[in-house]
Amino acid sequence: MSLTQLPLLEQFVLLQAALVLFLSFGLLSQTRLLAAIHAFAWQGALIAAVTLTVAIAGHAHHLYFSALLTLALKAMLIPWMLHRLVRRLALERHTETLSHPALVSMAAVALVIFSYWVVVPIVAEELTFTRNIVAVSLAVVLIGLLMLVARQQAVAQVLGFMSMENGLFLAAVSATAGMPLVVELGVAFDVLVAMVLFGVFFFQIRDSIDSLDVDRLNRLTETEEETP
Amino acid sequence: MSALILILLLPLAGALALAFVSSVRWAGWINLGVAALTLAAALWLGWTVAAHEVVAGLHFRVDAFNVYLVVLTAFVGLTTAIFSRPYMRHVCANARISPPGVRIYHSMYQTFMLTMLVALTTDNLGVLWVAVEGATLATVLLVSLYRTPEAVEAAWKYFILCGVGIALALFGTVLTYFAAQQVLADPTEGLTWSVLYADAAALDPTVMRIAFVFLLVGYGTKVGLVPMHQWLPDAHSEGPTPMSAVLSGLLLNVALYAVVRLKMLVDGSLAATDTPHLAGALLMGFGLISFLVAGLFLHRQRDIKRMFSYSSIEHMGLMTFAFGLGGPLATFGALLHMLVHSLTKSAIFITVGHAAHIAGTQSIDRIRGLIRTQPAVGWSLLLGVVAIAGFPPFGVFASEFLLLTATIQTQPWLSVALLGGLAVACAGLFRHVHPMVYGTPPEGQQPVEANMLPVMIHLGLVLWLGLAIPALLAGWLDRATGLIAGSHLL
Repeated sequence: MSLTQLPLLEQFVLLQAALVLFLSFGLLSQTRLLAAIHAFAWQGALIAAVTLTVAIAGHAHHLYFSALLTLALKAMLIPWMLHRLVRRLALERHTETLSHPALVSMAAVALVIFSYWVVVPIVAEELTFTRNIVAVSLAVVLIGLLMLVARQQAVAQVLGFMSMENGLFLAAVSATAGMPLVVELGVAFDVLVAMVLFGVFFFQIRDSIDSLDVDRLNRLTETEEETP
Repeated sequence: MSALILILLLPLAGALALAFVSSVRWAGWINLGVAALTLAAALWLGWTVAAHEVVAGLHFRVDAFNVYLVVLTAFVGLTTAIFSRPYMRHVCANARISPPGVRIYHSMYQTFMLTMLVALTTDNLGVLWVAVEGATLATVLLVSLYRTPEAVEAAWKYFILCGVGIALALFGTVLTYFAAQQVLADPTEGLTWSVLYADAAALDPTVMRIAFVFLLVGYGTKVGLVPMHQWLPDAHSEGPTPMSAVLSGLLLNVALYAVVRLKMLVDGSLAATDTPHLAGALLMGFGLISFLVAGLFLHRQRDIKRMFSYSSIEHMGLMTFAFGLGGPLATFGALLHMLVHSLTKSAIFITVGHAAHIAGTQSIDRIRGLIRTQPAVGWSLLLGVVAIAGFPPFGVFASEFLLLTATIQTQPWLSVALLGGLAVACAGLFRHVHPMVYGTPPEGQQPVEANMLPVMIHLGLVLWLGLAIPALLAGWLDRATGLIAGSHLL
């Protein structure tokens, strides 16, 4: 079945999912921290919009709540916390140069292809919609992972971590019409606590190495002669 | 049911109360009291499960498999709390942490116990995920408690690696939920393990196959399977020692428990396909690699806690391998090994904590002559290592012997790798431990205030399990074996 034959609402969800993926690429290559945080906030808002669309399409009432939760948490609270931390750490003007920007983008493209390859076995039985949405959310998760590897700055790594969570939310909402409420609340709580702890760690890292460049955290290795 | 509520409420109340106690004296005693009450509640729960087979309630379900881990968790929680009291007083006396640090430490200790118990008793795969992630969040501040650059680095590594791993596990959970929604009459029950297990054969095998890979990598990160083990030695070596004891003794077990539960689901789903043992084969592969690699890394360590954390990876690998092997004998051996490894390893970490205080360092090269300075600590370390290396008459020998027998029965060639790995690990341990215990103590090395009671209880139990497993416990483990492997051993 081709994409144009899908119901309009499903096409709309796919469009939003594609935008989420696009923003993942944006996050990956954005070197200015504040701009990256804004991209992340837009990604969160899009996830909330997907949730709302699915809620309207499926008349699933608990998803209205879930959409609100996502909007509050992913599009407002976490970006705001990050914003505040960046200001308190005086990193507003911080830019980071990726060592191999083209290579990293190519790797991200490869991850998208890989995600589609992973879901190939599901093709035969499942609908075009589910296959696409699972592939896109897996790609968002993996690009988040790539961001953790490629970026050396702690705040950027946290953005990668949080965009992984966005990919998971996308999968949960669009492929399965939302997790049970108790699980969703638990996950949201964990994400929030994680964000608070990340904030604590930014200061601890800065106190210990005078910078947030986590590549300089390299004291613990296997080959060291004298472990301190 | 009331026992179940009690074991969850007690640590929760403890965590809340301890957040406000900054006197290390009082906090130690309250922590100990809460842990003791939790153990009493866990024993009560064990007794209820023995009488009724299954205790179930909203989102929670306790059967023979998890109840033994609940009791073990509460027990190790109590003995570590006994050890933690003098340990933290020593730490405070040396001004390594501040009063807020004391509050964080004790409150997070109980929060960690809570997440462990929730993860073990829950019937909902989503809640299981939330609890395992919660365990990371509860312990990550403890790893960086001393605020040294190394501690902060270890904590950041732990946070990012486990966070990423556990995120992949959530993706696997979502896929499982997706597979469940296609077949279950009530799709909202799609994360309830018991419902899924009853209908496992109907779950779409292609989706479950993909889901299991994500789940295994995710929870496997927390088990410490190579190559996702990088966080484990750092977190163990830089955190306070009671934390290392509960991380090794409890957290790794709980993560493995999650993997085994999910393997049961996937086995049910794949039974009718052409790869019915895929999950088992993956576990065997990861397990064996972890076992061999960790055994080799043991030789290169220079930090005593790092060395024993590699020994933990090695043993977790062995258990993962055994659960992958399947069959009643291997499963029984693996369950027994979980039990004796937890007891022995937490005893060792407790002893190591005292040894590090005596020498004032964790560097293996500078810990010398423990037996002459403080015989109780020296002998405990020696006996603990003898036990963990798998010498008779200790319980680890019994479980490793069972595992080896099971391997020879089903995969004879792999027993060569197992025996080789055991020998390498044993040599690695003794090479480092011998001079620490027997060498000449440096000038002016003084004994420290140490409570060796938990160590003696643990090693005594391990010895007892090696000589004769009590009929009650054997029956208990056998029922769990029946649940996991489908047939009983005894």
